[in-house]
Amino acid sequence: MFSLENITRIIHEWLNSHFNPTIALVTEFILVGVASITLFALLGLSLVWMERKVAAVMQIRLGPNRVGPKGIFQTTADTLKLLMKEGLVPDGADKFLFNLAPFIVMIVGMLILAPIAFAKNFQIWDINIGVLYLSAISSLSVIGILMAGWASNNKYSLLGAMRSGAQIVSYELSAGLSVLSIVVMAGSLSIKDIILSQQDGWWIFKAHIPALISFIIFIIAVTAETNRAPFDMAEAESELTAGFHTEYSGMRFALFFLAEYINIFIVCAIGATLFFGGWMPLHIGNWQAFNHIMDYIPSSLWFFGKTLGLIFLIMWFRWTFPRLRIDQLLNLEWKYLLPISMFNLLLMAVVAIKGWHF
Amino acid sequence: MIEEIGRTTEGDLIINVGPQHPATHGVLHLVITLNGETIKKVEPHLGYIHRSIEKMCESLSYRQFIYVTSRMDYLSSHINNHACALCVEKGLQIEVPQRAQYIRVIMDELTRIASHELWWGAMAMDLGAFTPFFHAFRERENITDIMEKTCGARLTMNYIVPGGVMAELHPDFQKDVQRFIQLYKSKFEEYNELVTGNIIFQNRMKSVGVLSKEDAISYGCSGPVARASGVFCDIRKLYPYDIYNKVEFEEITETEGDSFARYLVRLKEMQQSIHIIEQLLGDIPEGDFQAKTKAVLKLPKGEFYQRVETARGELGVYIVSEGGTTPYRIKFRSPGFSNLSALEHMVKGLKIGDLIAAMGSLDLVIPDIDR
Repeated sequence: MFSLENITRIIHEWLNSHFNPTIALVTEFILVGVASITLFALLGLSLVWMERKVAAVMQIRLGPNRVGPKGIFQTTADTLKLLMKEGLVPDGADKFLFNLAPFIVMIVGMLILAPIAFAKNFQIWDINIGVLYLSAISSLSVIGILMAGWASNNKYSLLGAMRSGAQIVSYELSAGLSVLSIVVMAGSLSIKDIILSQQDGWWIFKAHIPALISFIIFIIAVTAETNRAPFDMAEAESELTAGFHTEYSGMRFALFFLAEYINIFIVCAIGATLFFGGWMPLHIGNWQAFNHIMDYIPSSLWFFGKTLGLIFLIMWFRWTFPRLRIDQLLNLEWKYLLPISMFNLLLMAVVAIKGWHF
Repeated sequence: MIEEIGRTTEGDLIINVGPQHPATHGVLHLVITLNGETIKKVEPHLGYIHRSIEKMCESLSYRQFIYVTSRMDYLSSHINNHACALCVEKGLQIEVPQRAQYIRVIMDELTRIASHELWWGAMAMDLGAFTPFFHAFRERENITDIMEKTCGARLTMNYIVPGGVMAELHPDFQKDVQRFIQLYKSKFEEYNELVTGNIIFQNRMKSVGVLSKEDAISYGCSGPVARASGVFCDIRKLYPYDIYNKVEFEEITETEGDSFARYLVRLKEMQQSIHIIEQLLGDIPEGDFQAKTKAVLKLPKGEFYQRVETARGELGVYIVSEGGTTPYRIKFRSPGFSNLSALEHMVKGLKIGDLIAAMGSLDLVIPDIDR
């Protein structure tokens, strides 16, 4: 059976048998770095293509279909174009911060990849405070956005950045609380343990209605956190032209653009890990035969399938809903989502203590 | 104008929305003063697409000037032409054949539906929903196809001449329109499912940009904007032209006067237009499609005024004639200009997002404002 675990094991053993441990470790670091950058590029390209195809289906049109079969190389061509474009820095911009901002957003995306389990025993770093690490790092991206908005010396950018700041800071709360409710259930902060705790069923099924509520809150909150419609206040192209990245062009713009899709992938991966068991196959109670068949599907396919399903959900939101207004957005968070998720966390704790879950 | 860009002495932010901005649907330039996200002042700057159409008309004959007006409010170009033709016919006392009147009115209503369709898509797009735009264009495409088949052009049709219409209808006309009506009726529920019933959309539109009945009258608003505030101002009802006095339709009004009321008025108006077309389509009388007129038209000395109901409101055409082959002076009363003037009153104290929603619900066409 195909497994990513075997590949890493073979590489690890080969390196250790040919070189001394230090060199082997450094080589592994480099390999992981190269692999994650490659994953970044591939994800960015394929998710942009996917978004355009999803949009096309919703909007009764074909979508990209010229470059390559079904237009799959369209994004590659677009990226090449952006690479060759002049990266304009506006007069009066704070040049240092202006250049730094897209990289901060990008680096945050890269750091966040570390504790995510892509398949069985295939994880860059199984840190024991995995969930805490995720929420800590993901809140850094707001710095990049604020920096971009401020350094551009453009009023639209500034307004967009301020909106984005208010939005991300508030939605982090309910995202964090809904993640915590799963931590309460699993009894661990480590991503690996959380996945293993879902061996006999995913938390969304096992933990009844509280899990469903926290999943809905999670999806709403991460849509807002990634600045996606209907919460794309920071960009709001009909109000603020392009929001915080109005002044960005060329590859700097592409970095923001890619970071958006990487962030979507990451939050959906987190959602899939916490609520849908990550790489864990679908197991139903005592159905031995069914469970065995499910086990034969490679764990990486399970992980990517679940994540892509959630990504589709978020894309679906974008192409059907109108945008909220900034005050409505903050009302939704502080008056509805936050109290509900606090209460839900309590409920979850009661369920966990009483052992009412399956 | 340039000095205003920056900050006021009170520290408020001044932002230029337009002339190049996704929300203004053209070259409208709004200078808005912001306190945080709250709007303190909105100042429209006009003239970016001024082509002096009124002046141009003075050097064109009474047959020619009609087609320049297609470029004013290009979304209801046929209705603009209709207004001009009616004004010339009034001056020359031409009796328009029944058949031509039927064709004109059916085309008017098709134009109105096409215009409202585009507005519906653009309105949703202003609020950040992209998909409705394509759904609106799916139906609108059928109307433009019908127009192309009838007179060769899809948007600026130039189908009307003084005394009737330019050409005979296409033999398939009735069948095509019938098919469009069927399609439209089957798709109409989608509009409500996709946009009208959406909770986010309703929250964005309700009690945003409220215009009271008194204000609507004093700002000179007309069309769906005024009707949403409860003003009965449909020219088709008040001063019927051609065969509008023979058809039966409802004048849609709402009382709230907010953006959502304006939205509903236009949505229901589309259905009324379908209703009108259905009444007329079956019994277009046989006969001439054009009255016999002289080759060179000369209006008698005097002043002539005619108003019609375009998709945006009341369009008035005022012709002063000295008895020559060209008008001495022409003045158009365009609905968009008056409707725009109410914008500042509507959005003061609201957020930027509300400005976009209110502006979208006004259904502005900038070439109509500037002319």
